[in-house]
This record gives sequence, structure tokens and C-alpha cells, in this order.
Amino acid sequence: MSRAADVAGWTVAEAVERLDAEEISSVELAQAVLEAIGRRDGAIGAYLHVDADAALAAARAADERRSRGDRAPLLGVPIGLKDNISEQGQPCGCASRILRGYRAPYDATVVRRLREAGAVLLGRLNMDEFAMGSSTENSAFGPTRNPWDRTRVPGGSSGGAAAAVAADIALAALGSDTGGSIRQPASFCGCVGLKPTYGRVSRYGLVAFASSLDQIGPLTKSVDDAALLLSVIAGRDPMDSTSLDAPVPPADVARTAPDTLQGLRIGLPVEYFIPGMDAEVEAAVRAAIARAADLGAEVREVRLPHTRYAVAVYYLVATAECSANLARYDGVRYGLRIPAEDVIEQYGRTRAAGFGPEVKRRIILGTYTLSAGYYDAYYLRAQKVRTLIRRDFEAAYRECDLLAAPVTPTPAFRLGENVDDPLNMYLGDILTIPANLAGLCAISLPAGRTASGLPVGLQLIAPPLEEARLLRAAAALERAMGPRERPPRTEEAR
Amino acid sequence: MNHEAVIGLEIHVQLRTRSKIFCGCPTAYGAEPNRQVCPVCLGLPGALPVLNEEAVRLTVMAGLLLGCQIRRFSKFDRKNYFYPDMPKNYQISQYDLPLCVGGGLEIETPAGPKTVRLRRIHLEEDVAKNLHFEQASGVDFNRAGTPLMEIVTEPDLASADEALAFLQALKRILHYGGISDCNLEEGNVRCDVNVSVRPAGSAALGVKTEIKNLNTFRGVHRALTHEIRRQTELLAGGGRLVQETRRWNDELGVTEPMRTKEEAHDYRYFPEPDLMPVVLDEARIEQWRAALPELPAVRRARFVAEYGLPDYDAEVLTADREVADFFEAAARRCGRPKAVSNWIMTEVLRAMGERGVGIGALRLTPDALAELVKVVDRGAISALRGKEILAELIERGGRPAEVIERRGLAQVSDEAAIEAWAAEAIAAHPGPAEEYRRGKAAALQFLIGQVMKLSRGRANPKLAGEALRQRLGRAG
Amino acid sequence: MVPDHPTSDLAGEVRRVAHLARLALPDEEIPRFARDLERILAHVRQLQELDVEGVEPTAHAMPVTNVFRADEPRPGLTREDALANAPASRAGLFLVPRILE
Ligand SMILES: [Mg+2]
Ligand SMILES: [Zn+2]
Repeated sequence: MSRAADVAGWTVAEAVERLDAEEISSVELAQAVLEAIGRRDGAIGAYLHVDADAALAAARAADERRSRGDRAPLLGVPIGLKDNISEQGQPCGCASRILRGYRAPYDATVVRRLREAGAVLLGRLNMDEFAMGSSTENSAFGPTRNPWDRTRVPGGSSGGAAAAVAADIALAALGSDTGGSIRQPASFCGCVGLKPTYGRVSRYGLVAFASSLDQIGPLTKSVDDAALLLSVIAGRDPMDSTSLDAPVPPADVARTAPDTLQGLRIGLPVEYFIPGMDAEVEAAVRAAIARAADLGAEVREVRLPHTRYAVAVYYLVATAECSANLARYDGVRYGLRIPAEDVIEQYGRTRAAGFGPEVKRRIILGTYTLSAGYYDAYYLRAQKVRTLIRRDFEAAYRECDLLAAPVTPTPAFRLGENVDDPLNMYLGDILTIPANLAGLCAISLPAGRTASGLPVGLQLIAPPLEEARLLRAAAALERAMGPRERPPRTEEAR
Repeated sequence: MNHEAVIGLEIHVQLRTRSKIFCGCPTAYGAEPNRQVCPVCLGLPGALPVLNEEAVRLTVMAGLLLGCQIRRFSKFDRKNYFYPDMPKNYQISQYDLPLCVGGGLEIETPAGPKTVRLRRIHLEEDVAKNLHFEQASGVDFNRAGTPLMEIVTEPDLASADEALAFLQALKRILHYGGISDCNLEEGNVRCDVNVSVRPAGSAALGVKTEIKNLNTFRGVHRALTHEIRRQTELLAGGGRLVQETRRWNDELGVTEPMRTKEEAHDYRYFPEPDLMPVVLDEARIEQWRAALPELPAVRRARFVAEYGLPDYDAEVLTADREVADFFEAAARRCGRPKAVSNWIMTEVLRAMGERGVGIGALRLTPDALAELVKVVDRGAISALRGKEILAELIERGGRPAEVIERRGLAQVSDEAAIEAWAAEAIAAHPGPAEEYRRGKAAALQFLIGQVMKLSRGRANPKLAGEALRQRLGRAG
Repeated sequence: MVPDHPTSDLAGEVRRVAHLARLALPDEEIPRFARDLERILAHVRQLQELDVEGVEPTAHAMPVTNVFRADEPRPGLTREDALANAPASRAGLFLVPRILE
């Protein structure tokens, strides 16, 4: 294995250590990662756009800052961004044709914070169009492949982010999670994915899918890295009315966590071990939970009785919000325009040509359920059931500190396997959606592999703003489960 | 059959804030197109709204002035429809929980005072402005996101005159309260009217039409006058009305149907997930209530009691809050309220009328007016000269002392000089002098006039009269 | 309660809604979306089983209120940046087909 490949496989913490020790410069690190992208991404398709010049310029600036004694937490660390996070001067197309040619004229708040922390931004990562999907097959620019098995999906919608981190072509990435879009691909690709509490991380500059559910979070090679990235991007932002004013867990919250889980009460929601779940997934998850018990955690069953309604609530709330959020793509101020004589016709043609089928499906559903006469029966009722789902969690957290569950009912499925059955695809998100509906924080971490070698994730779910508790427990479990596994390299497999 | 009209108004009023409702872009009028825009008001992907607190405060102040009930819990909603002037293709507005509900405003009608009830006042964002070329239209987003307060009345108005009276009364109170500049030329007040007619005395409502986007009060009056006549004539002729949206064609002086869109309005309102609810507690509302400006009627009574002004003066001065403020500042400064009032009611109001501007746009300051009153009182200049000086203060600003100095207008009270002018006047006009000696008192006025002329207006007229009388042997 | 939508005419509903959402769908795409809509509606209809009488709707995950900004003007985008992404512009304006108002 070449030195360059090793470098791109570092965790963020390892990279920071070596940069601080001056074993490598930011520019060398950036070059190594860019080379790895060049060699390996052809077979994966994680990146939609790489701006090597911008990355190297940022790396030079990081080296300069370091030479002046600056020790910002991510100084010189190369990071990838999901294609729905605005980065000034870069494309931000949400893997959609409708944003053709659009370059964001401003930075998302998380991007501003990453820059201040010294991060080197590598490029734009593939995703399901407008974050609608669970496989990254809904990208207008072709799917991303799972680095563990290139006939399979990486999950979605942050599939490019998870695949890039797993395949060691980014040290870490930021994705977004509306119904599981960070945790599910992290689970499919064998990396760590953190969905923070709703409001923990500013959404300013995140292209909205479903505003009341969307949340930006890190995809990383370790729990420690997730904690480090969270400490950089989290915190109240005056540009986002929904961002919360609450103390952010320190960067070393995972690193300094004890090895024991003594005193921690872990709840297993019986409804999350659903009939029809893949046996190997269930076995891996139960084994991980047994580890937690070995570490001293008290494990008990809890009930979340409204879980079975979560998918229905999600698809009503998310599609209603998206039908409004995506109305702005009309070819007037930016993006694709299919010219016509009349403005109404121009809108119709532009939007029909610009959006893919899944996005259209959700706009149609959302518009339908909000339209005259249906609001109370669908949207309002869904918001009320959302309250019932939230109350389930409140009751469960009176009996336990954390919930543990699978992330998905199956490991990564094959490309094309679910594309003709949207409802089945939606039902696959049943274990991740409730945390979004209730605004909780949750993490997916690797919990072994199936016999055929596919990663399986363990999900831990904590009450709102309890990221410190979540990350400490995840760190202890991660240590107990041994070193990170890496997928086979793809250099030769172009 | 006799018909009566039933009219309700929806009035959009631009609030007096410095920045837009959901972003920091300035609201100043008249900038070049698309120079006051940002990711938020352009509806760029990823941008989010944050509510301007001043817009909430001004709307609540308006509600308090209009006797509305202020909602303790209020929220924002998205109103969905596509139009090129809409940056997001939804408008952030308030649907079921507006900031203010109820309330009313009294207007004068020929039959006596009448209260027009309000249904609600809510807060929303303005849209962009479309401009039209031969082949295309252009969109300027400077106005997009300007805070608007929408006031909806009950259908309590019965004529175009009443609608006009209501709008004028509303404008007065909103302007007075500092809630809006109510500048019609800048489109600060825009009005949709709903109107139907029914047989006089009938309780049932007729088929109504809506006339959209009237931006002058005169337009509202003309459009209503025309529309009421049109509906009445149509019904009288046995015709049937259709519920529709119409537009006022100002050139032709008629209302005409607007291009009807095939779908009925289906705005798909739902709660705005990007904004948190507004919860107003008693303490906050009381704090705002305490800061309410004194209403014109209360202030009028106080002007009579405190400054000893005649009712008429008090009424004129308090009709415009800035004029009233100006008066008070000047009156306090010189301690001569009636003199200040006299100057304002004549010269100052005339100058405002001629220029079509508010008192704030004149160069004259309350201090300068106060000083002018004192200078005239002291007899340092004549009242006539005072008028000239005031004209200059209004036009160019500055202080009276400077103007008097610059123009050499100081009144001459030097006896020797006046004596000399008196002698010259008598010598030049022996006829009138003789008439006066023989007892014709009016002739003296003529001679004083001559002294003023000789002195180029600077002679103290009182001293000139004395000097003439002495010289003509009719002292006292 | 769930509105009666004549399931026979979900295609009509898709057409109506597509127009509201300004999606000019070709005729051949309508049946597919109608079928998807039907399946998803059948699934979400299970919410009708629940008694939600007196349950407050959750519009926001976190119960925060009164998030305001001060009324202070701040610089925005330059006109050049604002118009840089425009498919068509002229004289500082975003250009659209002529609107008949
Ligand atoms: Mg309105
Ligand atoms: Zn703005």
C-alpha cells in the first residue's frame, strides 16, 4: 500500500496529530487525498465535483496559519461536503438537473465554521436528488457504489459522503439527515454517522428538503471524529431561527469517555426489531448490545407503540414541506430554464425537465395532501400523530438513558433492487425516521459485518441535546468492538 | 328598486422599519433594481428567514391604536402560489393565528359617526416588483421581503365616500403612530376592495367582486363608484353578477375582469417550519402600550388646556403628528404658543402645501421659529419682515439672526433717523400732512407708509407714527 | 376523516395537483404517478385508526418561541452576484417572459 493511500485513510484525529507534529504539511495531505480521489473514485462515484485548486489554496492557507502558531481544530484537514450544503463559489446542485450551473454566492454557516476551524474543502459529494431517497440512485448524475460491494448501493441520501469516508477518499464529510440520510448510509458503508438534535447545527445554507426534520451532521471514520466535527459545526446561529442556544459538547467528549458503561440504562424498543428483519443484521445488533451489557450497561426492553405510524407521518410531513421548499426552482433567478412564451408554461416545462421522478412523486403527494379540503385529514393529523410519537420517546426516556436498535432492517441492497417500489424503499427507513420526527440525536456506528462481508450498523438514540451521553456510550462501544474495518481498495477496478 | 353597497377592505400597509421583515436588507425606497437583495429575500437555496422584531412591535402598536385584541400566541404560515414576483413561490404570511383580531375605527359620515369593525391584522412579506418591456418582463427584488401589515375590515362600509373616509382616518392614525409613512406615491398603502350590492334594507348579501391592487385613495373611490353603479345597473336590468376578481383601469375609468386562472385559489397554507411562534406576554404588551403616541383627540384637548390655544388651532396642529411635535418644541422654547401657532397655521402650512411635503422636509427648525417669535416680540423686526425671514428659513434654513444680519433687515429705532424720514415724508406729501393737521386721522397711516418706504421697511412703525404726530403738532 | 377521493379519478387528481405544483407532466407519466399516489395514500390512511382528539400538533421539534432579529440593515449581495446565476437578465433585472397583468 502506498504512503498516499495510508494518508487518506487517517482519521481526522490522526491527521491533526501528524499535522501538529509537522510530519506532514496540509498541502501534502490535501495532495495525497486528491490523488486517492483520482485513483479510486472512478469506481465509486462519490464526488460530483472536485475543486483541486481551491482545496490546495485552502491547504496552503492552513499551512500558513499553522506557521503563525494557529492551532484551529481542523487546520489542514480535508473534508467533503454533501452537494446540498452551500459553499461560496462552488456548485451546490443537490444532484439535480434543475440547479444546472448554479454556484452558491454564499457560505452555509457550517461551511463558515469549517473554514474558521481551518478545514480544507475537497468537493461536492453525490446524493439522492434533493436528499430524497435511501440509495443515492436518485442522483441525476448517476449512482454512487458501495465500496464494500460495488453492485450494491451505499445508502442515501448522503451516499456519496458515506462512500467517500469508507473508501478513504475523504477524512470526513458532512451530510444531512431528514429521515435517516446520514445514519443509513453510514450503516451501509461501515462508518460513523451522527444526526444531531434538531436545532443543534444551523441549517442556514443547507438546501431545504423538509425544514422541520433536516439536520446537518458528520460522517466519519470514528466516534471521536464525529465529536470533533460536531464541536466545530454546532451552536446557536442568528441566521437560523430554529437553531438552539445550548452548550455544545467539547471536542474531546468521546476521547475522554470511560471504557465502562456502568450505570447506563439502555432501552431496546421492541417495535424496532421488526418481523422480516434480516437475521444477520439482527444478530449483529444483538451482539453489539450484549457487548454493551458486558461493559456494565443495564439493558431492558421499552415500548414505542406509535412506531408503526412513523413512515406515514414522515411521508406526509416531509412531502408537504418539500412541495413548498422546492417551489422556488422555477428558472427565474438560478438554475435550469426551459424557455417558453408564457411564464406559467415556462415554469411547468422547466420543473418537469429539471426534477427527477422521485422528487416529482413527493411534490405531487405533498401538494395533494395540502390542497383544499385535505389538510385536516392528512397534514394536520400527521402533525398530531407526530406528537404521539414524541410522547412515546418521552415515556421511554423515563425508563432508560439511551435507546439501542438497528439502523436499517437489511444490509445494503443491490443497485436497482428497490427503484420500482417507492413504498418499500420508504418502509426501509422506519428505524431512522422516528428520531427526526421527535428531534432527537442519534448515531450509527459499525457493528460487524454479514457473512458476505456487508457492514451492519448499530443505532443509539438519545434525548434532545444529549449528544455528550450519546457520544460517550458510542465511543466505549466502538473501543470494545475493535479497530475499524476497511473495504477492499478499488484502484484496479475502474 | 333601491340598492345599497356592502364593502369590505383589505389594506396592505408598509411598516416603518429600516430593514426587511426576514433579512437585513434595507427597505429604503428608490434604490437601483436588485441592489437591496441577499440570499434570503432572493429565495436562494438554503437561505432561512429570521423575524424582525420591530415589524412585530409596529403591528401590535397598530392593533393597540385600533382597539384590537392582541393574540398571546401567533404564528406564521406559508401561502403557496407561483408568480414571478415571488422569490420562493410561497409567501410567508399569517393564516389562522394573526397578531391582532377585532378592533375598529370610527369615521364621520353625513348621518353621523360610524364605527367600521376590523376582522384582523396580520404580518406578511411583500413581493418583488415586475417591470414590463416589449417582449419580456423584468423582476426587481428590492421590494421583496418588505414588511407589510394586512388590515382586513368587516363589510361595514356602504359607499365609496365611506371607504375613502375610512382610508383617510386609517392613514392618519397609522402615520400618527409612527407605524407607517403611509406614503402613497411610494406604494406604502395598497388596497383590495370587496364589493356587492343588495336591495336596500335586505339582510342577504349579493354576489361580490374583488377589485385588486388599488394604490391611491382616489383610485379606490373612483373604482368603487364605478363598480357600485355597474353592479346596480346590471341587476336593475335583470342581469346576473358573477363572483370574480376585477381590475381598475384608471385611464378608461372602468373596472374590468382579470384574466381568470382556471384553478380556484388553493393556497395550501401550512405552518412555516422555519419560524418559531410569537408569544406575547402581558408585560411586553404593556411595555409597548406605554410607548403609544398620544392620539390626536387627546392631544388636541391638551393643547387647549396646556397652551391656551383656541380649539381651531389645536385641531389643525394635531391633525399631523409631526406638525404637533414641531409646534410643541417651538412653543416650549419661546414660551409664546399662540404666536408660534399663528406662524405655523399660516406661513408654514402654506409652504408645506405648496411643496406637497411634510413639515420635516422643510429646512425650518422649531428652534429657528421660536427665535423668530422672540425677535418680532422684541420689536427688533416688523411682523412683515418676519414673514420674509420665515420664507427664507423655510427655503434655506439657518437662524433668524443670521438672516436679519445678512439682509440688513434689522428694524431701525434710531430716533434721529426716523425724524429725518418723517420730515422727508411730510415735505414730499404736503397734502396728506395738511389733511392730518385738520383732523383726518387716516392720513397719518399714509404718511407712516411713506416713512416705511423711505426706510426700505426698516423703520419701527410705532416710532415713525410718533415722530410724524409730533412734527404735525398732534401728539398722542 | 379522510376525504372521499374517487380512486377511479386519481389520474385527474394527479393532473390537478401537477398543475398547482407547476409540473408539466407528459400524459404518459400520469398513470404511474396516480398508481404511486394511490399506494402511498393507502398506506398513510392507517393514521385514521388513531384517536387524536385533543392532541396538539407538533409543528416544531423543539418548543422555542420569540426568535427575533434586531431591525438593523446589513449588507447583502452585490447586484453582480445576485444576477450571476440568472438564466436571463437585462438592465439589472431578472428577465422572464412578458407577464400580462
Ligand atoms: Mg396579503
Ligand atoms: Zn435580503
